[in-house]
Amino acid sequence: MPLNDSSTQLIAHRVVVTGMGAISPFGPSVAELDQGLRAGESGVRYCEEMRDVHGLRSLVAAKVVGVEPKRIARKHRRSMSNMSIYAALAAQEALTQAAIDGDQCRSGRLGVALGSTVGSTEVSQSFFEDYLRDHSLERMKTTLFFQLMNHSCAANVAQTYEINGRILAPSAACATGSQAIGYGYEMIVAGHQQMMLCGGADELHPLTTATFDVMHAASTGHNETPQLTPRPFDRHRDGMVCGEGSGVVVLESLESAQERGVEILAEVIGFATLSDSTSIANPNASVMAECMRQALVSAGIEAADVDYVNAHATATAQGDIAESQAIAEVFGANVPVSSLKGHLGHTMAASGALESIATIGMMRQGTLVPTLHLDEVDPLCADLDYVQQPRQKNIQIALKNNFALGGVNTSLILRRYTCD
Amino acid sequence: MTEQEIVTIINDALVEEFELDADEMQPELSIYDDLGLDSLDTVDMVIVLEGAFKFKIREEAEIKEIRTLGDIHAFVQRKLEVEAKN
Repeated sequence: MPLNDSSTQLIAHRVVVTGMGAISPFGPSVAELDQGLRAGESGVRYCEEMRDVHGLRSLVAAKVVGVEPKRIARKHRRSMSNMSIYAALAAQEALTQAAIDGDQCRSGRLGVALGSTVGSTEVSQSFFEDYLRDHSLERMKTTLFFQLMNHSCAANVAQTYEINGRILAPSAACATGSQAIGYGYEMIVAGHQQMMLCGGADELHPLTTATFDVMHAASTGHNETPQLTPRPFDRHRDGMVCGEGSGVVVLESLESAQERGVEILAEVIGFATLSDSTSIANPNASVMAECMRQALVSAGIEAADVDYVNAHATATAQGDIAESQAIAEVFGANVPVSSLKGHLGHTMAASGALESIATIGMMRQGTLVPTLHLDEVDPLCADLDYVQQPRQKNIQIALKNNFALGGVNTSLILRRYTCD
Repeated sequence: MTEQEIVTIINDALVEEFELDADEMQPELSIYDDLGLDSLDTVDMVIVLEGAFKFKIREEAEIKEIRTLGDIHAFVQRKLEVEAKN
């Protein structure tokens, strides 16, 4: 198989998922992510250290647990902040499941599309706290830049596993993980790479929560009851809860996966991303709907073919209403819809990938995970089939939404893989 | 400060910074081949030593000649002696 068959542009390759890795508030594996979701658990906790930030009203967050950074050799870890550590560990799990060894990493057939919202805020804060004492660079370590650069996660993962293909580091806030999967998908469809390691990662910093708090979009009423927030689509929701983690998937052309004889977990059949230029911050239902329609066109399917929508729904006042209206506009009231933010909080750049992984899990197991804390649907949200209890469901096709600050919309379409 | 105290400070600082095995810090070990440091690490090593001994050594030509852990011990010893005389 040629390294790059982009000269044969007419060949559109089918793209399948052959590996998945997760670092989430439920633990450092896809199995723990899956288990936590199925058990209806919440990864949200009260965070005492957030009290140190003057004026921060939201003191809850969904932090990762069980991460063992020293599983990564110091030579590679020295240039990583936490987000790259999460990404590298998630990538390791995904590569292992996909049975991609060192030779295949180095073959040039595998690329990386992995992003984060920003470089490490914690590392940046630490550096400037020291630097601003005397404006001296004498204490500046050589590895600082590698933890701050925007492509830190992608570069660190590629270095750690000696991946020699293309590097892409999308940065689109909450849509980053989905964009990474979508752009990786398109790269394989076009034949530029046979395999792509795709996903997103972010590490929690109080200023992440502050970003949303200052916009009155963070949950502030559950500091004493963190296990009850966020509440997507619920009448009593009071905003989002920030989280952290990383989700990484191995995407691969169908012929590559068949040639290697690896298990196929799902198929990516469509992707759309577009800019909502109506506002840098406020959601717009009609533009969200347009993104979903474009994804359907990309996949060559009708709205009626979609069996489940995994919503972005972060539990903000405006966002949930807009997304529900957009879903109703495209799909009507009958498609089952749920959001995983109640379990995981909003894992930022990781969310698109972690929630896609969870969606693939639902498709494979035939069970829908309900929206945690959705007790009473907000009457201002559109009439939809909100999943409020675990539900057995044969899901052949699922649509995954993510909508980011900055006006970046994404919709991915996943299909259960069958040997056809 | 005794010679052994200097060696201890150096070894402790390097063990912490580069996650080395404290029991295997023998002076004859190559900092590259045995301790596994590379060019980025040696720049950071200078910063660590400057922090540990509160001196400035980054412009010293001798640093480029350092090959073993013992070379570091000797270099720091000489530097401290010169500073003490001044």
